[in-house]
Amino acid sequence: MLSNYVPIVGLFALAAAFAIFSVTAAPYVGPRRYNRAKLAAYECGIEPVDQPLTGGRFPIKYYLTAMLFIVFDIEIVFLYPWAVHNEALGVFGLVEMVVFIVTVFIAYAYVWRRGGLEWD
Amino acid sequence: MLFASPDQPTLEDFGHDVWWIVLIKIVGIFVVLVLLTLFAIVFERKVVARMQQRIGPNRVGWRGYLQSLADGLKLAFKEDIMPALADKPVYFLAPVIATIPAFLAFSVIPLGPTVSIFGERTPLQLTDAPIGVLIILACSAMGIYGIVLAGWASGSTYPLLGGLRSAAQMVSYEIAMGLSIVAVFLYAGTMSTSEIVAAQADGNQLSFFGWEFTGPSWYAVLLPVSFVIYAIAVVGETNRAPFDLPEAESELVGGFHTEYSSLKFALFFLAEYINMVTVSALAATLFLGGWRAPWPLSIWDGANTGWWPLLWFFLKVVAALFVFIWLRGTLPRLRYDQFMRFGWKVLVPTALVWIIIVATMRTVSREADLSTGEVALYVGVPVAVLVLIGLAIASRTANRDTRLMAADAAAGGVHATDPEPDVLPAAGPRRRSTSGPVRSEGGFPIPPLDLKVPPSPRLRREPVATDGAVVGTGRRGATTTQEDGDV
Repeated sequence: MLSNYVPIVGLFALAAAFAIFSVTAAPYVGPRRYNRAKLAAYECGIEPVDQPLTGGRFPIKYYLTAMLFIVFDIEIVFLYPWAVHNEALGVFGLVEMVVFIVTVFIAYAYVWRRGGLEWD
Repeated sequence: MLFASPDQPTLEDFGHDVWWIVLIKIVGIFVVLVLLTLFAIVFERKVVARMQQRIGPNRVGWRGYLQSLADGLKLAFKEDIMPALADKPVYFLAPVIATIPAFLAFSVIPLGPTVSIFGERTPLQLTDAPIGVLIILACSAMGIYGIVLAGWASGSTYPLLGGLRSAAQMVSYEIAMGLSIVAVFLYAGTMSTSEIVAAQADGNQLSFFGWEFTGPSWYAVLLPVSFVIYAIAVVGETNRAPFDLPEAESELVGGFHTEYSSLKFALFFLAEYINMVTVSALAATLFLGGWRAPWPLSIWDGANTGWWPLLWFFLKVVAALFVFIWLRGTLPRLRYDQFMRFGWKVLVPTALVWIIIVATMRTVSREADLSTGEVALYVGVPVAVLVLIGLAIASRTANRDTRLMAADAAAGGVHATDPEPDVLPAAGPRRRSTSGPVRSEGGFPIPPLDLKVPPSPRLRREPVATDGAVVGTGRRGATTTQEDGDV
């Protein structure tokens, strides 16, 4: 069965060769004229402020979204095998899955209620 | 599972190709994707131009169809900038990381039936696996890394914001996309792309209270809710308008690729358009019958054999691309909070409820041995009523703030930042105000159209009429009264 995946490796090699060739060739093909302002970070007409090397701070909402993503992604991980074998699992599988979805849904409703899905 | 024709490949047909056939397929997919990208860019510019009453590119090549090739060549000869603050290795690798998965996702898309290439019988598909669709999902998830790392490594404000936004946006809409295709797996009973196409080959035999007829076999028709959710989610997933917030020109300049130039920028562009092509191809595969000829053409027996299906497949892909462009030409960009609210509060719950409905109907009809009509009556109608009630309640809750503000505005123009009243206004049709500022649908505050000039601060010291009209002054937190004559 693993032979099914070999062509993907081939395509990976071709795509990687193309992409790496492009980024490597770019500095040599194009012109190069030094200009301090050109290499500075883009800003709309004001002096750019240096970013802290650690990446700076960003809103906690992004972390929350990432956590929610993990919860639902794991739910999807469980949904796919069940969906494929739905016929074999029958009523038992359906009831189990509804119980599972409802469990996640309660957490989801809690997050919603607490304003975790609000952006401003 | 029924197979309509012997040309329909099964999972066993994959993995035994001769090496040069594999090589031809790999190079073929690579070339097709690059050409489709070049075509899609010109196609987009021309279609958008038509929608805006312009002509669009018409200089380079026949009717301007070589415009994107010329642009690509031009990009190669532009200066490659390495910003002084950039994290150099990551900045260098990010376009590569974005591009490779974009190409890989296409490897499991079925382009056609079994054909013979130089005497070798082989399916018109690079490869397939029992988990075919998972490969596509994995690749689209990997593509996010390229964008986020590009934004982070640029060492600049706008790319960082664009990269963050795009991470949040793509993971949010990936949930909706992943949930929307569960129903397809439920019906097809497999995750292999070629078998999902095979499962859509034959019409469904429906019996509805005695009437027998052959129903449509496309999952877009059988599972309309899934198809709609998928279509919306992939627009967000590919950062396309109206969900192109990571590269919102008006706020973030160019988003994650602001600091990129030359071929590195070209790679991001390429990856974006390949992703568009891939999700269009996946839509065709999962919902639109794959390479199988659409109905009027499928009457002709030869339509699903040989190389013809390649034509039907690419017609479906171009049709899907047209819808992408149509959306861009029609809809304005959403605000970020509207966008996230829509993804998390509408798409995700709808998809979950829809999965439960589909699974229940499948199981009930199988266990109780009911006909389709009876299932629709006993399961479909009650569930549909429940969903409608749920959606009505949810939308009322979600629009609470908007409703409040609208009612306030109708009552005489209270500023949006004023504290909410304790008593909620009654539900029902929105009252139209005749004097105060009118607010449009969508909840964004509009300045009063019958503009009143606020009185000069010096006037406050003068005695005012007690029966003057109250004019909201918003942030100052005080209300000024005005002479009747001013109103």
